Amino acid sequence: MVQKCFHQTLHVIARFGAAVYLALFLTAFEAAPQATPDSHAELLVATSEIGQRGGRLVLSLRAEPKTLNPLVASDAPSREVIGALQADLVHINRGSQLTDPALAKSWKVSQDGLLYTLRLRRGLQFSDGHPLDADDVLFTFRVYLDEAVHAPQRDLLIVDGKPLEVRKLDAQTLTFRLRKPYGAGERLFDGLAILPRHILEKPYQEGKLSQSWTLSVPPGQYAGLGPFRLKEYVAGQRLVLERNPYYWKTDSKGTRLPYLDEIVFLFVPSADAQVLRFQSGETDIITRLGAENFSVLSRQAHGYTTTDAGPGLEYNFLFFNLNASHPNASPESDRRQSWFRNVKFRQAVSAAVDRQAIVRLVYQGRGVPLWGPVTPGNRRWSDPTAKHPARSLDAARELLRQAGFSWKKGLSGEQILVDQDAIPVEFSILTSASNADRTKMSTLLQDDLKQLGIRVQVVPLEFRSLLDRVNQTKEYDACVLGLASFDADPNSDINVWLSSGGTHLWNPSQTHPATSWEAEMDRLMQEQLVARTFDERKKLYARVQQILEEYQPMIFLASPDILVGARNTVGNFHPAVLEPYALWNVEELYVRNSAEAASK
Amino acid sequence: MIRQHKSARWFFLLVILHVIVLGAGFFAAYDPAEQDRDRPYVPPMRIHFVDATGKFHLRPFVYGLRVPEGAFDRYEVDSSQPIPLQFFVTGAPFRLLGVLPCSRHLFRSESVRVYLLGTDGYGRDLLSRILFGGQISLFAGLLAATLSLLLGTAIGTMSGYFGGSMDGILMRLAELCMALPWLYLLFALRAFLALSVSPLKAFLLIVLAIGILGWARPARLVRGLALSAKERDFVRAARGFGASHFYLLRRHVLPQTRSVVLTQAAILIPQFILAEVTLSFLGIGIPEPTPSWGNLLSSLQQYSVLASYWWMYLPAAAMVPFFIGYLCLSSSLQDALRTAKIDS
Repeated sequence: MVQKCFHQTLHVIARFGAAVYLALFLTAFEAAPQATPDSHAELLVATSEIGQRGGRLVLSLRAEPKTLNPLVASDAPSREVIGALQADLVHINRGSQLTDPALAKSWKVSQDGLLYTLRLRRGLQFSDGHPLDADDVLFTFRVYLDEAVHAPQRDLLIVDGKPLEVRKLDAQTLTFRLRKPYGAGERLFDGLAILPRHILEKPYQEGKLSQSWTLSVPPGQYAGLGPFRLKEYVAGQRLVLERNPYYWKTDSKGTRLPYLDEIVFLFVPSADAQVLRFQSGETDIITRLGAENFSVLSRQAHGYTTTDAGPGLEYNFLFFNLNASHPNASPESDRRQSWFRNVKFRQAVSAAVDRQAIVRLVYQGRGVPLWGPVTPGNRRWSDPTAKHPARSLDAARELLRQAGFSWKKGLSGEQILVDQDAIPVEFSILTSASNADRTKMSTLLQDDLKQLGIRVQVVPLEFRSLLDRVNQTKEYDACVLGLASFDADPNSDINVWLSSGGTHLWNPSQTHPATSWEAEMDRLMQEQLVARTFDERKKLYARVQQILEEYQPMIFLASPDILVGARNTVGNFHPAVLEPYALWNVEELYVRNSAEAASK
Repeated sequence: MIRQHKSARWFFLLVILHVIVLGAGFFAAYDPAEQDRDRPYVPPMRIHFVDATGKFHLRPFVYGLRVPEGAFDRYEVDSSQPIPLQFFVTGAPFRLLGVLPCSRHLFRSESVRVYLLGTDGYGRDLLSRILFGGQISLFAGLLAATLSLLLGTAIGTMSGYFGGSMDGILMRLAELCMALPWLYLLFALRAFLALSVSPLKAFLLIVLAIGILGWARPARLVRGLALSAKERDFVRAARGFGASHFYLLRRHVLPQTRSVVLTQAAILIPQFILAEVTLSFLGIGIPEPTPSWGNLLSSLQQYSVLASYWWMYLPAAAMVPFFIGYLCLSSSLQDALRTAKIDS
């Protein structure tokens, strides 16, 4: 999956009065107070089923997290672990896809949509017992906005060129001022972990912030507001988290969450090995299952349940190389690019794709065909009433004829598509060698296009060199890739659609939009970014999707379901289609009969 | 004499096997790349003679399949209606041996597609793919073995016959060649080539790569023979009579290496078939959708396939008779060689 980052053309001025806090860095040397959880704290009462305290969960991660520092984490394993260690002010509920109060007890938005006033919960403590106050939040935002820190979240905090302005009203209240209204509203605050100033201010002053909080950090020097805290890390083997006694949620009976004593993350590099470990009972939860492994697990299920949570946000697509011709490109590749630039050619390819077959053969029916980037898993933004043209080879042939292509008879009597100069139409599709699903998709596309008389070669490449060809050298014909938005909001994909975006895959990082329809997409995306109402934004984004469907810069194929499994002893297991799938409610997960589980 | 018979027997078996593979178009019912997208992972169909009512049919038949609602790879046998197989019927056109246009097939059925060895994940007939894949893998092995034996014999005889510094250089080169980690070299080679390689080019590249890298072992064997042959009395005599190097090599030295070269061929061919299988298995061989034994097996890299669809192992089973044939041929050739020596 391509990691998304957001390049907006904006700059940041950290407007925090740095001098005011200079004196305070000394507090970093103070020993953490021997605090006990504040019994008068304003805790959030969870509405989930009441569970049992105790026990532990074992999970596997595909790779070792690269870091535990939310300021630099960009890989999925790091994000997954940090999600259990840290907390944000306002949180997107992965189940409902709407926002929930988190560290902020409540918030108000001014009439003009520019001023957010957030009130923190009273009596909150970090996982080392140090109390949280507005200064920690100020520090956190100063760090995120600091260009020198290179936080991936920074671009999100800059709306239309202007950074977010944060002020402290009192120890519990903060205001956030935007220069322009932000369409997605308070979703802005999701994923911005509030950092402990008493620990991180010193490394920040020394400019070593991005190097701190690596995996080898002593557990005593790591603190967060998440349901768990760091306990142990064994290189190459496991990472163990333990209950954060100061966590700010309780269940409806008043028991402090989380229920679990411990979470153990094992590092298991291959998907097949993860399946075997889950099957043998070594791990309790498995996520990111492929359809084939899912059916293997479902067939022999004993003691565990597999769940198909429905389509997620991942969309897979084919795109052609629409970059400007390379100055020293061969005439053959120039010719191929001239085919790809023909809108009718792309429309014909899209009409010839058998999306149902992809869903059936690649995902064993556990997925949905796609004609646009918004999957049915995105409940607020998808349009279930939209009609899509059925697969039609005749329509595809008609489009190709209109575009000036014709057919001739090949050696063994087969039809060969040729262009105006009677050159046979042939090209290659790149796919990631490590992704069996996409390789399979490409093989199906190859056969679909053979029926139009187009000869396609499928080229599985190592993922890094594939990205290198798509983004750097631009030496490729077509490519099958997938992207997974991390939020169900179009803003999380903005730099796929903006022509200046680094993930604008068919022609990335343009200085000026190359075509008029790309210019229109740019305008629509900018407008929806600041539009006030959801309906308005939805209308603007619908037009973006219309343009995509008309010009087919990406030929959307299919979206897989989110497939997970859990041992029957795991309670409150409600997998979501948003990352982190099964762990989004990790504080509410519990182990039934934990006494029995412990004796094992 | 008895031993000669033995090698003839193995040779005969191999000829039959190769004829079957050569005639893949006739023995296979379908185009190996044709996808039946409603029938992925069909288990091998059974051929019946007796139907559900106990009635005996002279003409063998199969039962059709039903796909239960919402199922992906579970099929129910529809035993209500026997579907007779037809033999020597016209079907999809193909080219026998790659040249003769032809459309007769050994068997097929009009109403349903018959999958005697099941289908793969795209609904492609596994029997057709094994047969056509055999063409690629076997001929890659044969051609590569021919190439490396030609090279090996030429270099070996030169080196053994002329000796001296030429011998030294060539043999050090052979040792170097044997010491190279050739699998990694091939990976590196693939990275340098153009992105997309057509199946034919890929096939020739594999043959070239395996053939050129494999010359060293036969060259060393042949060198030894040439070394001893050139000191034989009759060779010395011929040289005394003024025979040219070329005459001596052709008339006296090369014939002595013949049996060793034949034995080597029988050993190298299966080895090189396996090399092709390895390369295609690892994804640097013949590209999809062209079948070869290696890329047929490559789907077994996935645990789910390994655990769920036993018939995907069949390509491996198909290789076994070929390997047994070649290895037994080589050992019986070796025996024959030994007895011939004792006789002389």
